[in-house]
Order: sequence, then structure tokens, then C-alpha cells
Amino acid sequence: MTHWTLALPEIVLSVCGLAILLFGVVQKRGNPTRACTVLTLVAYLVAAVLVLLAPDGTGYRGTFVGDGFARYMKILSLAGAGLCAVLSLDYNGRQKIDRFEFPLLLLFATVGTMLMASSENLMTLFVGLELQSLAIYILCAFARDELTSAEAGLKYFVLGSLASGLLLYGISLVYGFAGTLEYGGLRHALIGGGPSTAVPAGLVIGIVFVFVGLAFKLSAAPFHMWTPDVYEGAPISVTAFMSGAPKVAAFALLLRVMAGPFGHLTHQWQLLVELVSITTMALGSLAAIQQTNVKRLMAYSSIGHMGYAMMGLAAATPAGIRGTLVYLATYLFMTTGAFACIVAMRRGGQPLDRISDLSGLSRTRPMLALAMAVFMFGMAGMPPLSGFFGKLLVFAAAVQAGLWTLAVVGVVTSVIGLYYYWRVVKVMYLDGPVPAFDRSVRSVSAVTGAMALITGLFLLVLGPVVGAAQAAAAVLFR
Amino acid sequence: MAHGIQLVGLGPFLVVTAMLLVFGVFGIFLNRKNIIVIMMSIELILLAANLNLVAFSAALGDLSGQVLTLFSLTVAAAEAAIGLAIVTVYFRNRGSIQVEDVTLMKG
Repeated sequence: MTHWTLALPEIVLSVCGLAILLFGVVQKRGNPTRACTVLTLVAYLVAAVLVLLAPDGTGYRGTFVGDGFARYMKILSLAGAGLCAVLSLDYNGRQKIDRFEFPLLLLFATVGTMLMASSENLMTLFVGLELQSLAIYILCAFARDELTSAEAGLKYFVLGSLASGLLLYGISLVYGFAGTLEYGGLRHALIGGGPSTAVPAGLVIGIVFVFVGLAFKLSAAPFHMWTPDVYEGAPISVTAFMSGAPKVAAFALLLRVMAGPFGHLTHQWQLLVELVSITTMALGSLAAIQQTNVKRLMAYSSIGHMGYAMMGLAAATPAGIRGTLVYLATYLFMTTGAFACIVAMRRGGQPLDRISDLSGLSRTRPMLALAMAVFMFGMAGMPPLSGFFGKLLVFAAAVQAGLWTLAVVGVVTSVIGLYYYWRVVKVMYLDGPVPAFDRSVRSVSAVTGAMALITGLFLLVLGPVVGAAQAAAAVLFR
Repeated sequence: MAHGIQLVGLGPFLVVTAMLLVFGVFGIFLNRKNIIVIMMSIELILLAANLNLVAFSAALGDLSGQVLTLFSLTVAAAEAAIGLAIVTVYFRNRGSIQVEDVTLMKG
């Protein structure tokens, strides 16, 4: 008996997407973008409620699973996508890209991220990942009259498809050498041989390919080269989305696959994850120092954050996974807030993206400057802001697992990170004022304020978030 | 009586797919001319994976690999359509689809 209700949130969200598409197409007068965005937000809200009510279990012939881990990741990606839909309302209108397909593509990308979080089969993994990626390729090139946006779309398309291809090749090798696509079956096949028998080389190569494909999507070094260019070129509303929900979903896949079916081969992949984590952290912090563009700075910052989050996976313990999950939650809200501040950077109707444009912001727009400072210090990991707790949990997990090198590199790169985040704050608070930004609309200010509150007062919700992350991590180690 | 994949064995299939994969990857990174060639290389990588899946599926006597192949063929078609659309948008803005021209942003 198939528990078809397991996938109810995804089904409802997809059907809502099709209905909104129909609504947008038949609308004759006026621009339906605003109505479609609001409807998309309502659909997100309904889906979030359904996610919270969804039952646990495996369905659809073992291709789809509902559990605490999936629920945690789905709520995070719905939150990220919803916030970006709010940000896009005003930004897209001013950039003259307010076409109603935008919220719909966001919606379908979100369906993809939710499928990824619930995957229990390599087939679901691939289809969910592609649904999400294909929607984002289009979103990157959404400002179709701008060369930068088209170039960003093209670059992301080429490297993203390469990653998908490598991932699929890895899946085919894993399938061939383990004999099944199901996670449960894979786990059995790998345990079945006992600890002493050698793992087929083809299987290890397949796992490495799968890991490389997912690392591309996560923009982990050395597969990060698309990130700065795509972040810079794509419309900011898209960049804000890309740095949030898809990263969370790619991590959901990575954690599920590595800790679940391949959990018994930890010694085979631990070193690889460790090396990738170290290079990602080092590159993210070193390359960010010389950036003058806020979007590129955020790109390198997000690369660095992926390295820290991966530290929890390298530890390969429930505590490590819990750290990664908490880290992803704090990262999602900080980065969305920082992008909300970037959306507010606009003078005379023109969007700005240089760090020097923030000069003297504390005098012209004190609240915006304060919010940006909170996000910057939060990302640097200053207590008592949210970023600190995420870092603390992953570092502690790495030390517990005996990965001292990893923890030391993490601390050193955090200090370097503090330097370049501090530079942004310094420009805002100590440099002379330049003409003020345009007044920002209420929706953007609301997102900025809400994210600043979450980042600043994370201590108040720390208990419930850690509890949810703990429950989610425990699922993977059953 | 041996027939189908038992007659040939898995080896040749794996060799061919590995070659296709290598050609595809090299086609992307060594190609300095045209973006369409990059799209063909991506297609080559996906086909290598598909051929692998079908060969393994036949050798294992398990259908799920072939089901995944059907999915991935569909995805590849959608991907090619989106890729060509993006290339068209790029061409309208830039007036060229030479790989060396895609360097507006560097870093």
C-alpha cells in the first residue's frame, strides 16, 4: 500500500503552481505578477503547514521518504524561497523584469528542493535536483535584456549541466556495482559483505562522482568557479534565492546519501570531505579579502560557509550532522537578510553593488546599517549572534571526532573572515557619508528587520532549533 | 544459451561509456570555439551515463536502471531546450556565441 499522502505537500505545491500558471496566462488586463507572487506565497504557506502535518514513512515503492530530516530541510527551503519571493516583489518591478513566470519558477525550484530532501532513491535524487536546477538556469538569465544576466545564466547552465552529468554517471556506477538504486538496498548491499570484504573500486569511483556532482551544486572548492560570476550577473532576487534554498537542499542530499547508504564506507570518503571542506573554507575567506563588489563578496562568503557546514559531515557523527543542520538554518537567515540589505542599495533608481557605495550608511540610514552590521558579524561568527552557535556546534563535533586539523583551519579562516566582514562594517560606520539611498519599500525593510531579529536574538530559539536538528540528525543514523 | 549482454560482457560497455565521458569532459574544457559544441559535450556525458545504466540494468536483470534512463532522457531533452534558449538570449545581447567572448565577469 502506497502512502500517497507522504508527498501531499509536493503534490499540493505543484498543483498550485500549475493553477497559478494558468491564472497568469489567462489574465488579459494589467500585469499579473503581483497577484501571482502573493498566490505563490500562499501556496508556500499551505505547503509548510502540510509539511508539518505530513506523516512519517516510506512510500511510492521506496522512492520517497517522509521523516524529521526531510521536514526540517523542507521548512528551511520553503522559508528561504518565501522570503526571496517577498524580496522579488519590489526589486523585479524596478528592474523591469516583473514577469509572472518569476514566482512560478521559484515555486517549481522549491518543489525540486523538497523532493531532494525527501529522496530515498537515487532516481528521486536526480529528478529533484534537475527540477530545481532547470528552474534556476532560467531564473539566472531572467533579465533577458541584460548581458550580465544572460552570461550568468549561460555559465551556470554549462557548469551545472556538467555537474548533473557527472552525478548521473556516478549514480550509474553505484547502481551497477551495488545492484540497486534504493538507499535501503544500498545500505544492505554495503553491510552485507561484512567489514572485512573489499568494496568494489567501481562503487568508490561512483561515490566520488556523486560527491563531486553535489559539491558543484554546493559551490564547494575546487568546484566553486561559477559562483562569483553567477552571483554577480544574476538579478539580486535570484542570487538571494540561489544562496539559500538550493544550498540547503543540496546539503540535504549530501547528508542523506553520505550518512545513510554510504555511512558504512565513512573511512573511504571522510578524507575527501575533509580536504574539500578545508579548501572551501580557505578559498572562501582568502579570495573574499580583495573583493570590491558586495555580490562577489557574498559569493565568496557563501563558499566559505559551505566549507564550515561540510565540517559537520566530515565528522560523520550525529553531533556533526546536527551541527551542520543548525549551521544551515543560521546561514539561510543571515544570507537572506544580507541580500535584503543589498536589494535596498539603490540610488536614483539605479541598483548599486560596490562596497564603497555603503560608505557612511550609519548616518544616512542607521537602521539599515545596523541590520547589515548584524548580518556581517553574524556571518563572522561573533557571539551572541546566530552564526556563532552554528560554528560552535560544527567545531565541537569536529574536535570530538578527532579532526583537529579541520577545526584549527576552521578557526583560522574564521579570523580571516572576521577581517573582511569587519571591512564592510568599517565602511558603513567610519567612512564619510555619500548621498543617501532611495527609500526602501516596506516589504524589503520587513524582511531585513525580521532576519536581523532572528540573527540577533537566535539565543531565544536556540533550544527548539537544536532540538529539531538533533531529531533530524538521529533519523539518518537509525 | 548465452544471449544479449552475457554474450558480450560488461567490460566493453564500461570502456565505451568511460571514453564517452572523457570525450565529453574534455570537449567542455578544451573547446575554445563554440558554445554549441559545449552543449553537445554535455549531451555526450549524459548519454554515457544512460548507456551505463542500461548495460548494468541488463546485466543485473533489474529494471530500475532502465526506468532511470527514461527519466534522464526526458531531463536531457528539457535541459537542451533550456540551454538553447539561454544561448539565444545570450546571442541577442552579445552578437556572438564564441567561448572566448563569455568573459564579461572575471574572477
